[in-house]
Amino acid sequence: MPALRSGQDASFSEPAGVLDTLRSVETPEGIALGLRPAGPLSRMVAWLIDAILRFAAVYVLVLGLSMLGRFGVGLLLIAVFLLEWLYPVAFELLMDGQTIGKRAMGLRVLCDDATPVTLSASLLRNLLRAVDFLPMLYGLGVAAMLTNRDFKRLGDLAAGTLVVYVVRPRRSQALVKAQPLTPPVALEAEEQQAVVGFAERMVELSPERARELAALAEPLGVHGLAPTPERLVRIASWLTG
Amino acid sequence: MKQNLFLTRNEPDWLALEQTLTKGASQEERATFPRLYRRACQHLAVARTRLYSLGLIERLEYLVLSAHQRLYGSGTTHRGRLAGFVARDFPQAVRREWRLVLIGALVFYLPLVGMLVAPQLDPDLVYTVLDPDTAKEIESMYEPGGDRIGESRDSDSDTLMFAFYVYNNTSIGFRTFAGGLLFGIGSLFILLYNGLVIGAVGGHLTRIGYGEPFWSFVAGHSALELTAVVLSGAAGLRLGLALIAPGRHTRAEALHRGASSAVPIIGGAAAMFFAAAFIEGFWSSMGFIPAQIKYGVGLTLWALVLAYFALQGRGRGA
Repeated sequence: MPALRSGQDASFSEPAGVLDTLRSVETPEGIALGLRPAGPLSRMVAWLIDAILRFAAVYVLVLGLSMLGRFGVGLLLIAVFLLEWLYPVAFELLMDGQTIGKRAMGLRVLCDDATPVTLSASLLRNLLRAVDFLPMLYGLGVAAMLTNRDFKRLGDLAAGTLVVYVVRPRRSQALVKAQPLTPPVALEAEEQQAVVGFAERMVELSPERARELAALAEPLGVHGLAPTPERLVRIASWLTG
Repeated sequence: MKQNLFLTRNEPDWLALEQTLTKGASQEERATFPRLYRRACQHLAVARTRLYSLGLIERLEYLVLSAHQRLYGSGTTHRGRLAGFVARDFPQAVRREWRLVLIGALVFYLPLVGMLVAPQLDPDLVYTVLDPDTAKEIESMYEPGGDRIGESRDSDSDTLMFAFYVYNNTSIGFRTFAGGLLFGIGSLFILLYNGLVIGAVGGHLTRIGYGEPFWSFVAGHSALELTAVVLSGAAGLRLGLALIAPGRHTRAEALHRGASSAVPIIGGAAAMFFAAAFIEGFWSSMGFIPAQIKYGVGLTLWALVLAYFALQGRGRGA
């Protein structure tokens, strides 16, 4: 593990050889924000959801407007046109960068500098879908996503936008109040973070998994035995004070 | 400092910052935003350096990201931007890219004029572009003496035709624009093809004597629609040019710079398509209006369109 150097943003240092999709954006305040671009698969599912919704909307409109004769067909054509080209733009601008499909998949459209997507960028990326869709079902778009570090399709590249995962902080980050226990060995900073992280995650793990993970921290055990999850939680409680 | 102490000391600030981001925040609360935001950034940096737990860091990251977006997100009203777009951004963007507009115009109008003139000399040339069934249908649409020109026999609703023109023509314009991303080839191809087809239609109808219905039909909306087609092509060429000749930038950067011209142009072109569809649907097809009036309206619109792009948005402060 690399030693900490003062002033370095330690959680963003990547040990050599580790693949990470994290994209770091530095703000004018000098802080680096981390964004997680979303890959082709989740984006395709979001697009599929939106496509089904659009199709359903057209179907409903056909049923409703066919009663109005030619006038209704006219309205229908306009509605289809708007749904085809401008449905994503409206949602991206009004719903915080999320269409319904994207919201279902936990995705969001942002500009490159982590600011909300602008009208110009949204128009551009959605008008260029016509090219991303070639030759069939987003062939060029997926090809662009795969050759790009940030999973950008052609529309994203031109408009300077990103589709990222929405990372909401986990609700409970208060540690179970266990009796503090001094760790038997001195721990480096990353190791402390790992132990505390384990304690925070324990509520999400099955007991077998928790035991399995706890057993990895051999030096923290007692009498040469592997430590139990509860022991690690007590050490974590001491570490956080 | 241990994490819990850090948390108890600073959590009030974070909760206050979250409070300022909510809708119901008062004016005084909002005034504390800058200080609280800077402080939260410092806390995040400290938490990262001291490697506090990931749960805490994630919470702070989410808070800082939300505040960052509130601070740096665009805040201008839409009404002002629309007025500025029409008055300045759109004509200035068109004038900035006048070379590409010229190329688009040449690629569109030269084939168009060619296919207008050629059938007068060799009638069968038309069938290189149109198939005989389409030609027959067009002839039936533009028969002289009809009370509705330019439309098929069974369409009798202006709104339907308006909607059809919106759907059809604007989609063509958008595809012309998007085709520019294929190194400009897509835009050029669509411009060329549409020029040939429109010219062929005009040439064929003129040759068989149906000239007056056709020309009076297209006179009204031609200024807006043909210009919008050329502008869509120019916007597409702007993107293509960024890919072909990025200059000293990366292609991605060149695309961004090109987009600042291309997006206003295609946006304005879409509005022009819409207006042209309105004229085409509700005005152009009326058979009882004398041809001279239609020609007059058409010429006036041409003059207005050209004057708009030549003169609007120049001068002091533009």
